[in-house]
Amino acid sequence: MATTEIDIFANEEKRSLELAGHVGFDSLPDQLVSKAVSQGFCFNILCVGETGIGKSTLINTLFNTTFESDEASHYLQDVHLRPKTYDLQESNVNLKLTIVDTVGFGDQINKEESYKPIVDYIDTQFENFLQEEMKIKRSLHNYHDSRIHICLYFIAPTGHSLKSLDLVTMKKLDSKVNIIPVIAKADTISKSELHKFKIKIMSELVSNGVQIYQFPTEDEAVTEINSTMNAHLPFAVIGSVEQVKVGNKMVRARLYPWGSVQVENESHCDFVKLREMLLRVNIEDLREQTHARHYELYRRCKLEEMGFKDTDPDSQPFSLQQTYETKRKEFLVELQRKEEEMRQMFVNKVKETEVELKEKERELHERFEQLKRMHHDEKRNLEEKRRELEEEMNSFNRRKVAAETLMGQALQSCSQQPFKKDKDKKN
Amino acid sequence: MTANTRYRSRVLRSDDVEEKEYVGFATLPNQVHRKSVKKGFDFTLLVAGESGLGKSTLVNSLFLTDLHKDRKLLNAEERISQTVEITKHTVDIEEKGVKLKLTIVDTPGFGDAVNNTECWRTIEGYIDHQFEQYFRDESGLNRKNIQDNRVHCCLYFIPPFGHGLRPVDIEFMKALQEKVNVVPLISKADCLTPGEIKKLKERLREEIEKHGIKIYQFPDCDSDEDEEFKQKDKELKESTPFAVIGSNAVVEVKGQRVRGRLYPWGIVEVENQAHCDFVKLRTMLIRTHMNDLKEVTCDVHYENYRAQCIQTMTSKVNAENRVESPIPLFPMPTPDADTEKLIKMKDEELRRMQQMLQKMQQQMHEQDL
Repeated sequence: MATTEIDIFANEEKRSLELAGHVGFDSLPDQLVSKAVSQGFCFNILCVGETGIGKSTLINTLFNTTFESDEASHYLQDVHLRPKTYDLQESNVNLKLTIVDTVGFGDQINKEESYKPIVDYIDTQFENFLQEEMKIKRSLHNYHDSRIHICLYFIAPTGHSLKSLDLVTMKKLDSKVNIIPVIAKADTISKSELHKFKIKIMSELVSNGVQIYQFPTEDEAVTEINSTMNAHLPFAVIGSVEQVKVGNKMVRARLYPWGSVQVENESHCDFVKLREMLLRVNIEDLREQTHARHYELYRRCKLEEMGFKDTDPDSQPFSLQQTYETKRKEFLVELQRKEEEMRQMFVNKVKETEVELKEKERELHERFEQLKRMHHDEKRNLEEKRRELEEEMNSFNRRKVAAETLMGQALQSCSQQPFKKDKDKKN
Repeated sequence: MTANTRYRSRVLRSDDVEEKEYVGFATLPNQVHRKSVKKGFDFTLLVAGESGLGKSTLVNSLFLTDLHKDRKLLNAEERISQTVEITKHTVDIEEKGVKLKLTIVDTPGFGDAVNNTECWRTIEGYIDHQFEQYFRDESGLNRKNIQDNRVHCCLYFIPPFGHGLRPVDIEFMKALQEKVNVVPLISKADCLTPGEIKKLKERLREEIEKHGIKIYQFPDCDSDEDEEFKQKDKELKESTPFAVIGSNAVVEVKGQRVRGRLYPWGIVEVENQAHCDFVKLRTMLIRTHMNDLKEVTCDVHYENYRAQCIQTMTSKVNAENRVESPIPLFPMPTPDADTEKLIKMKDEELRRMQQMLQKMQQQMHEQDL
């Protein structure tokens, strides 16, 4: 009897029931919303583009404030990322906005390594989230999610096609983050050129297999608008925070001698479309995609690297814990082995140095002895020479004395003789 | 007539012809003019800069022709490791009987690859090659028909999207400053408002000075030119580097057909001085300073090259001679160190001997006494 019941439960399909009255669980979404609003939202934008192409200006224009940032120099040796976090509030919705700017992108003469810092940064954010998820005591509620939700890639308005650096960078980024390419400084391209430019860019992206973010078309509420917007990619944008008087209103525009380009005028540029898509319609979808697609891909790659598998060779699901335990044991064994090795090496090295030092000491002693002997010999030689010299001096002195006495005698005899002569003369 | 007026030269006037004191060399400028018109002029212009900055469009606008009819632009993936090429287009254009043989040297691929180390070497090599060819022709026996292919001017396009000079710009200009007249231009200037243009120009001038880059300097005008000319010259000098816009298309503005770019918010006229410096560039390049550019190339850059060439040649010859010929070309250099030591030693010995002799003489003298 019991088995048949279980069978019934196992094979039963879900039935839909009719409600007799109003229960009240249609307020579930509202509860969810109010919870989310009280928690606050988090949104992270990464801006990639050459120095001076208008990244900061566009962000200022999008959020209608001035985020302070210094102008970057062209002479940096490599690419750096500058994340800045701001708290914004609009009609009781709190947004924690992080803007990551790439500084020095496209300035170096050799740009082969330019994409690496960006990819490393994105991976680091994923890694941090992974670590938080795998902690024993985790607090995902309060975790400040710093994963990049959207990457705005700024294309220079050359009018011909993508630059080679753009292609290489986008290919590296498309599997890690949602990319929306935008054509920056679009007030330098005329309408006909713009149309050709957009087509060229999209065809190049497609032919090289770069997957940019497509606005979702499954949800009926936004299908129509999203599919039209998808056709307008990449958006040609202009940014400005200066107010200019056009007609009798103050609008944000750029004032030229030949006219003024209004930022919010749909026939001038696609700024309004970008803002709609990015902030007003699809912001939640971007966050979901980041978590469900890009982060999961990263996580899977990372764990597979570490040797985790979902299923055994026998198709029995592995328990994560078991795998973890085995891995840990392996790791500890490995660690011990390495320690032993290092200790051995250290001991060997010490022995060697000792032997060397002993050798050197011995040599030193020998030399010392040698020098001492030499010194002795020299001293003796010197003594002998001294004696000889003294003897010579003595003999010389004796001869001198002898010579003097002889001379003295000779003189005496000489002096006596003239004396005698005088005497003789007198006599 | 006083003696002073006798030697005063006068402009040719019909009634002067009968004057006996009129010599007539005042017609020299006219003769030069006639001869030069007959001979025709030539001018070589090098344009350099990254792809997509409007070089070809500007050249078309400057000379009002369409030089690049069937251009094949490469895709991005083909440009990842592209090398720099040199392409030459020569056209003969004529205006009011004056013939100009114009050569435009283009540098596709410059700055396009991902790794642009030393991408200017090809261009440097090309310029040197032209100098070398002219040097050889000049030193040859038959000098009647020398073709002057030397590059007279290099227009370097700086992108307006940045905050100033980039490392590749600085390296390029430094490598070429001694070989050709470098004229930097701000390209696609229709993406900058007048205030931004001014700021960028100042920035560029500062950076060019800071890095010691020698760009082409306009010669100062003579002091006896009239005020208007001097004023124009001053304006010209103060607005370098020029911010230019080019256009291949003709649009209609206020009933007139002019070259321009059509935008939803207005029309940019290429020849409107308030919109960009295209007119100034054209005036400078073609109408007033073309000859000066040629002269500087001949007198300064080519002479530098020639002097360097000759120096390297003679030092090579000298180095070879020292090893090979039995008779040295130069007088014997400083004597050997060993012999000098020997000489010194012998000197010392001699001196010692002399001293000893003196002492002995003294002793003997004393002994005699």
